[in-house]
Amino acid sequence: MAQVFALPRLSAADFGDALINPELGTPEGAVGPDGLPDVKRFNVYRNNVIVSLCEALGETYPTIKALLGDEYFAALARAFVAEHQPSNPVLIWYGEEFPSFLGAFPPLKAYPYLEDVARLEWAWLQSYHAKDCEVFDPAALATIPPTDLGGVRFQRHPAATIVASEWPIWDLVKVNRFKDGEQSQIDLSVAQPVLIVRPEFDVDVRVLEPSHATFGGAVFSGATLGEAAETALEIDSGFTLADCLSNFLSNGALAGLQTKEPA
Amino acid sequence: MRSDEQPVSAFGTQAAVPNRPGAGLKAEHVADILQSHPDIGFFEVHAENYMGSGGRPHQQLTAIRDIYPLSLHGVGLSIGGENPLNKDHLARLAELNKRYEPGLFSEHLAWSTHETTYYNDLLPVPYDQATLIRVCDHIDEVQDVMGRQMLLENPSTYIAYAQSTFSELDFLIEITRRTGCGLLLDVNNVYVSCTNQEQSPAAYLDEFPMQYVGEIHLGGHAPDMDEAGRPLLIDAHDRAVDDAVWALYKDVIGMHGALPTLIEWDNDVPAWPVLLREADAAQEILRRAENADLKAVS
Repeated sequence: MAQVFALPRLSAADFGDALINPELGTPEGAVGPDGLPDVKRFNVYRNNVIVSLCEALGETYPTIKALLGDEYFAALARAFVAEHQPSNPVLIWYGEEFPSFLGAFPPLKAYPYLEDVARLEWAWLQSYHAKDCEVFDPAALATIPPTDLGGVRFQRHPAATIVASEWPIWDLVKVNRFKDGEQSQIDLSVAQPVLIVRPEFDVDVRVLEPSHATFGGAVFSGATLGEAAETALEIDSGFTLADCLSNFLSNGALAGLQTKEPA
Repeated sequence: MRSDEQPVSAFGTQAAVPNRPGAGLKAEHVADILQSHPDIGFFEVHAENYMGSGGRPHQQLTAIRDIYPLSLHGVGLSIGGENPLNKDHLARLAELNKRYEPGLFSEHLAWSTHETTYYNDLLPVPYDQATLIRVCDHIDEVQDVMGRQMLLENPSTYIAYAQSTFSELDFLIEITRRTGCGLLLDVNNVYVSCTNQEQSPAAYLDEFPMQYVGEIHLGGHAPDMDEAGRPLLIDAHDRAVDDAVWALYKDVIGMHGALPTLIEWDNDVPAWPVLLREADAAQEILRRAENADLKAVS
């Protein structure tokens, strides 16, 4: 019976560590039909874990994959997965740290726009899956006296986000992800902060003027229209509240009026 | 609720999954399906693909559910895990169950999460007493929270645990006995695991407790070899169902009668008509078994 007690007991912790760290070898107690460890058998699990997570990243970040090429992306994704495994079984929430990982990856220092492109793709996916919600009907604004408009706060539509950037991130995504346009026509000196919206089921991306991006960022974080307009005027003296607000309203970026001040 | 008030379904079709073939629902096939209304028994979805709050996936699933019964198949609950079940994840499953009124709900005899890491694979569990108790506790909790019976799927395995003290069959039978859950018999997993463990798939199926089976899965596998040169089959779901698996399925249906039968094709997903042809092949086997039954009766 002494042998029974000598059986190695393989824990989930050891199994999991060996999955992520191949240098740990095949864990004792995971065996083939002869009762002996077999690295190729254990590697099926390793491969399933790493490859499926890399594929999930590729599905979330198709522009990055197209820009870097399949081979480079696969190697980069492996490096990311080695550092960041998901904590949640819902993979549409996996890979939020990938943009900053790209930004901090020394071999890609010459391509500083990649991080912002990835931020756009992350925001696009979150918008695609965001809660369904009616967009704000601008007719409701008619009840507010013009003099009170500056004090109004809006609720962001759940699928609306702004991605600020100094790079032409929408052109890069349009050409490389949606195959719309030519790579050679992308001007890297153009800044394209974007508004991402999904009024119903299709995600739309709109390039914003920098002052509109600043305004939207302020409104989305709970500022009044007056406060948001002030920050926008600081970067563009030609900013007009009426034009900008109508841009946000017509794109479905707002869900409703906030009835009380944010805490 | 007064006794004359029936709960009203939000959907235009029944919830019960018929003893017919169904297919795993893929986003790229939805437009084709909604346009052509193929004659197929049901659709099955991976629950985790519908755990976002809203948007196109839910709009599509609602449209599909309006026409077809649905089977909800979880792949991330980690029922075989060493830690307690993820309560948030279980709540999300319960929410989907309520929203879509699936005729069947199933999960796996496997683990995928430990501590804070989700491994995104169906990892094997040791068949020992401690695991049995934990798995049964987890299934009790799932069935309590969801307010329904679940089906537990037999795994595909590439390794065995030296510490196992039960056979896989005895382990599954003991779980159904203790928890009252049903079983999802994945015939491809039987073929894959038995080949990988040098056992006879036919003998395994002869012993399988068919009285608990509520659904069958069929899928494709990829052949490989282990270090020692022995066959190693990978449960890849990336191709058509293998002839050997069809033969086992035919025997199971011939012996035990028709059951809801899912065709799984999750990687290198083909055009919709190709997947539908696989479902039609299953329908043909179900029909022949039915005709043989009728002859035996008359």
